[in-house]
Amino acid sequence: MSAVQWRNAMNAGAGRAALGKGLPGRGPGVSSRAKGAGDEIVERQTPSMWAAVRARHVVVLAFLLAFPFFATPFLTYQIGAQSLALGLIALSLTFLGGYGGMISLAQMTVAGVAGYMLAIFGASGEATLSLGWSWWIAVPIAIAISMLAGTFVGWLSVRTEGIYTIMITLAVGVAFYYLCLQNYSVFNGFQGFQRVYAPTLLGVNFRNPVPFYFLALACALGGYLLIQYVLRAPFGVALQGIRDNPRRMNALGFHVTAHRIAAYALAAFLAAVGGILLVWYNGLITPNSVGTSWLINVLIIAVLGGMKHPIGAFVGAVIFVLLQTFAIDLIDRERFNLVVGGVFLAIVLFSPDGLLGLWARLRERISTTRPQAALHPRRSKP
Amino acid sequence: MASVTELQPRELLTTGDALRLEGVSRSFGALRAVEDVSFSVAAGGRRAVIGANGAGKTTLFNVITGDFAATSGRVRFFGEDITEHPPHERIRAGLRRTYQSSLLFRDLTVRDNLFLAVRGVARGRFSLLRPGGASTTRAAAEDLLERVRLTAVGDEPVAALSHGQQRQLEIGMALAGAPRLILFDEPAAGLSPAERRELVALLRALPAHMSFVLIEHDLEIALRVVDRVTVMHNGRMLKEGTPGEIENDPEVQQIYMGRTGRA
Ligand SMILES: Nc1ncnc2c1ncn2[C@@H]1O[C@H](COP(=O)(O)OP(=O)(O)OP(=O)(O)O)[C@@H](O)[C@H]1O
Ligand SMILES: [Mg+2]
Repeated sequence: MSAVQWRNAMNAGAGRAALGKGLPGRGPGVSSRAKGAGDEIVERQTPSMWAAVRARHVVVLAFLLAFPFFATPFLTYQIGAQSLALGLIALSLTFLGGYGGMISLAQMTVAGVAGYMLAIFGASGEATLSLGWSWWIAVPIAIAISMLAGTFVGWLSVRTEGIYTIMITLAVGVAFYYLCLQNYSVFNGFQGFQRVYAPTLLGVNFRNPVPFYFLALACALGGYLLIQYVLRAPFGVALQGIRDNPRRMNALGFHVTAHRIAAYALAAFLAAVGGILLVWYNGLITPNSVGTSWLINVLIIAVLGGMKHPIGAFVGAVIFVLLQTFAIDLIDRERFNLVVGGVFLAIVLFSPDGLLGLWARLRERISTTRPQAALHPRRSKP
Repeated sequence: MASVTELQPRELLTTGDALRLEGVSRSFGALRAVEDVSFSVAAGGRRAVIGANGAGKTTLFNVITGDFAATSGRVRFFGEDITEHPPHERIRAGLRRTYQSSLLFRDLTVRDNLFLAVRGVARGRFSLLRPGGASTTRAAAEDLLERVRLTAVGDEPVAALSHGQQRQLEIGMALAGAPRLILFDEPAAGLSPAERRELVALLRALPAHMSFVLIEHDLEIALRVVDRVTVMHNGRMLKEGTPGEIENDPEVQQIYMGRTGRA
């Protein structure tokens, strides 16, 4: 969400009511509010969560719920579940980058830490290395250690800006890759851990495509709603203020560094959940899961979808997974990166805000040809 | 007049100096922007810092707020040595400032700028939970909005405000929470005569326990609202005295005669 959108979002509530009280001759401010896409209100209590629900939300949710029942198991699992898991990891980057102004390349590393810890504390094919604890102990431990790792990455990098943040986080990611590759006593070297499977719970085997899809959907939806909620809570509002003007925020009493590190911790939680899903999805984790190409893929997914709204991470993930899955049928595996690179380049060139940005521009063009659409916003006022 | 900031017992009990500078210096490489400045502001005291462009006034403020580290010297705030404290801790202790060129969230509304200012010195900065019911933070922001007379433009983005309104907002943000000492950096710069009168009224209406330091080129304003004046020149303190003494000082008159008009 850009600063302008953020402003619009905040104006959506009380702002709309006070529209008439604005200064005369302040055209730009008023008109930009009228077409503001915002259904978000910064740190204003929403009368009820349901007030924010729009028709498009219902349609998308209904589609997601019905998807496994008309799609093949292959589509459900390979496309659906994988996109949701990757989207969750990309969402952690969108939160850091889009809302905190911090581009971390180590989010797949953080996810990978969770994956490795799950394999080490839980059960895997490597009986000598894995402790074999039940999933309900191993999962919380994995998330906790992953959050510690994410916080550490944040602590290392928050004092840097721009390209230096990218370099430091990339260095951490590469270091972890080599650690996994070369350490056999804990990480089992290049083999990693095979046969790390999702559990069976209440008679439901989450290894099967449809249950796993719903597990991934529940996690993704939870992560999405969590971020949407936190962005309007004091913490999220402050984070966006820090993104826009850290010096001023410091001079208002905010501990900028602590806030940024806390954002890394929260992002690590999302990445950890995504990382666990991804290990269950693949049934294994190896150094390649946290290799450089995956570090960059997370960035590609987030940018592809658009970092200005949390949904962009999932849009990007679906596109990425579709390309990955079907481009291989058309061209050989080596050329796949070329296709992804080409699509990425095209999107970044034509729309710095990713696919969401393209969509927003399209909508704007439609609404300017039909000006009455802007005068009658569909949204009901709370 | 709008409501005044609620007094807290701690402030009422505080006596002595609100601010005490002991030989404060700040250099940028070879440039000694501020050199050996010492003065104090009593609790409830009001001081003006005047001087030509580049005299080091803003740099002095930056050292007091912690934006710049002091090269040498100590800064005491209500007796506590805050020289090494990071800016946010000084702010939470009750120090506030305004900026010479407005430093605002230009894309946010006036209301939300004030809201962030209130939130910065309130509890719950890290809260992941949205406040339920009537938010005291929101209420405080509304109160500030009224005090700096910007209620009518509360929902305008800052970028759409006039220069004068942006200066008002700067002051509003400095009034958030329970300030004990405010540093005003040329609040009258670029204001119309009518806006200047409003500014003087606002400064005079500040609660008596609230100290401030005012950088101001317009002596008509500076000398009318303070009880002590410091004249700075090339980073050093040139003169120090009551407004009457400074006004009639030949050296000061000479410096200010040299100025083309009043900025
Ligand atoms: N960040 C900085 N880096 C280098 N030099 C600086 C910096 N900030 C200020 N200076 C220099 O320090 C000197 C004092 O500047 P300062 O802004 O404190 O003056 P001032 O008294 O506030 O002037 P004005 O009335 O123009 O606002 C100037 O020569 C200025 O160029
Ligand atoms: Mg200055």
